[in-house]
Amino acid sequence: MSFLVVEHVSHTYFSKDAATEALRDIHLTIEEGEFVSFIGPSGCGKTTLLSIIAGLFQPTYGNVFIENQQVYGNKELSIGYMLQQDYLFPWKTIEENITLGLKLLNKHVDMSIASKLLQDVGLPPVEKKYPRELSGGMRQRVALARTLAVDPKILLLDEPFSALDYQSKLKLEDLVSKMLKQYNKTAILVTHDIGEAIAMSDRIYLFSARPGKIHKVFDIPEEIRTLPPFEARSHSSYSPLFQQIWKELEHLEH
Amino acid sequence: MNIKELHLQYKKRLAKEKRWIKFYQLFILVGFFVLWEMASSKRWIDPLIFSAPSRIFKLLTNMVSDGTIFIHINYTLFETVLGFILGTLIGTILAAILWWFPTVSKILDPYLVVLNSMPKVALGPILIVALGPGMTSIITMGAIISVIISTIVIYTSFRNVDANYLKVLQTFNATKWQMFKEAILPASFPTIISTLKVNVGLSWVGVIVGEFLVSSRGLGYLIIYGFQVFNFNLVLMSLLIIAIFATLMYQLVEMLEKRLIKNE
Repeated sequence: MSFLVVEHVSHTYFSKDAATEALRDIHLTIEEGEFVSFIGPSGCGKTTLLSIIAGLFQPTYGNVFIENQQVYGNKELSIGYMLQQDYLFPWKTIEENITLGLKLLNKHVDMSIASKLLQDVGLPPVEKKYPRELSGGMRQRVALARTLAVDPKILLLDEPFSALDYQSKLKLEDLVSKMLKQYNKTAILVTHDIGEAIAMSDRIYLFSARPGKIHKVFDIPEEIRTLPPFEARSHSSYSPLFQQIWKELEHLEH
Repeated sequence: MNIKELHLQYKKRLAKEKRWIKFYQLFILVGFFVLWEMASSKRWIDPLIFSAPSRIFKLLTNMVSDGTIFIHINYTLFETVLGFILGTLIGTILAAILWWFPTVSKILDPYLVVLNSMPKVALGPILIVALGPGMTSIITMGAIISVIISTIVIYTSFRNVDANYLKVLQTFNATKWQMFKEAILPASFPTIISTLKVNVGLSWVGVIVGEFLVSSRGLGYLIIYGFQVFNFNLVLMSLLIIAIFATLMYQLVEMLEKRLIKNE
């Protein structure tokens, strides 16, 4: 069985006025160490699917398994989740933010892990500072360190680069890609940015909206996969693939 | 002209402005008492009703020298501080209960509105009958006057904490108690502090009214006693003392705020 199995997942949101079908029969598998991206028009349920994979709530139908264990309500599985904004706790120091997950999971908290992770994500020793003293790019790096601190089985990235300026975004893409390879982590990225998806992933799932369904799957050619994201963007195979996905996405939105 | 000099000039301007503001503040204070004294001695106002700073000061020195004033201040201050702490603490605990059990909060919603709109001091007579004409009733008055509004304000703040903080904690398998301790409560500290500031004033109202009703000691008692024997020196002196101590309490809360909220 694969590392991650999303088994015929459907989800419907209920409100007083309507029942909105967000996801319909999503079935996919991801192997350990793979990096996949979800792209699609807004309202295609990407974030809903990510939350279900994270075990934050139960889908209306279907199941999600990581290493054959059900994710919903599973206290043993640790999952790393990065959001659009860093959501560092402003009243905690950087060090306390990074070790928060360890503390909550009752793992042994060794404060030196904060210094080591800060180094790994390319930050100076800012352990004792507060989040407000750091720039947006630095804060998102701290958020990455916080996520990696608990050694999660899988990383779920919900547009983590979208609130950053372009330069920070490119730098952080390279960093995340490097670190995931280094730690051999499996990751799922939700993004609006086709270029980002191509540059970072091994495989791209294109979703169509209302209800969210998998429309098409793109395998990224070997020659782009092995390059760091920044270099991948200037590879000769990048542009044709970009055009192809762009057209599919255009087609979906009309 | 170089930057350093310009900066120096700028700092001088700031200092000058600050000095002027301090000057006017002092001017108003001194001016108020001087005018009051003058108006009283020249009979522009009736000194029997409005007293005069000199008369109040004389009364105060008398009461300080025989020590009676400290008994009254102690009594009222103790009641107010305790009522104030109880009101905010119970308010926070109630807010936590409402947050913990959303159904309970939905059920109790209309009752909170009713309790909040009701003038709490009107409960005074009932409290006195139920708890006896003593300190307990007065402290309860000081607390009850602020507890419902504290509950409502703090609960609203609990609910408005950004859900994404909770999402982060949830991915770390946090329990509900951990979510409360790590996100909900610390994120609401600024709100709790501002309710503290409001409650300083409210507790004084509760305690003074309580003392009006039952007490034989305290600053509220001095006011009502002064009124009954038509000694307005006593009334106005008590009022000034209350103003001073209420301000001191407010300043203490502000100091607490600076210590507690380090991140802003």
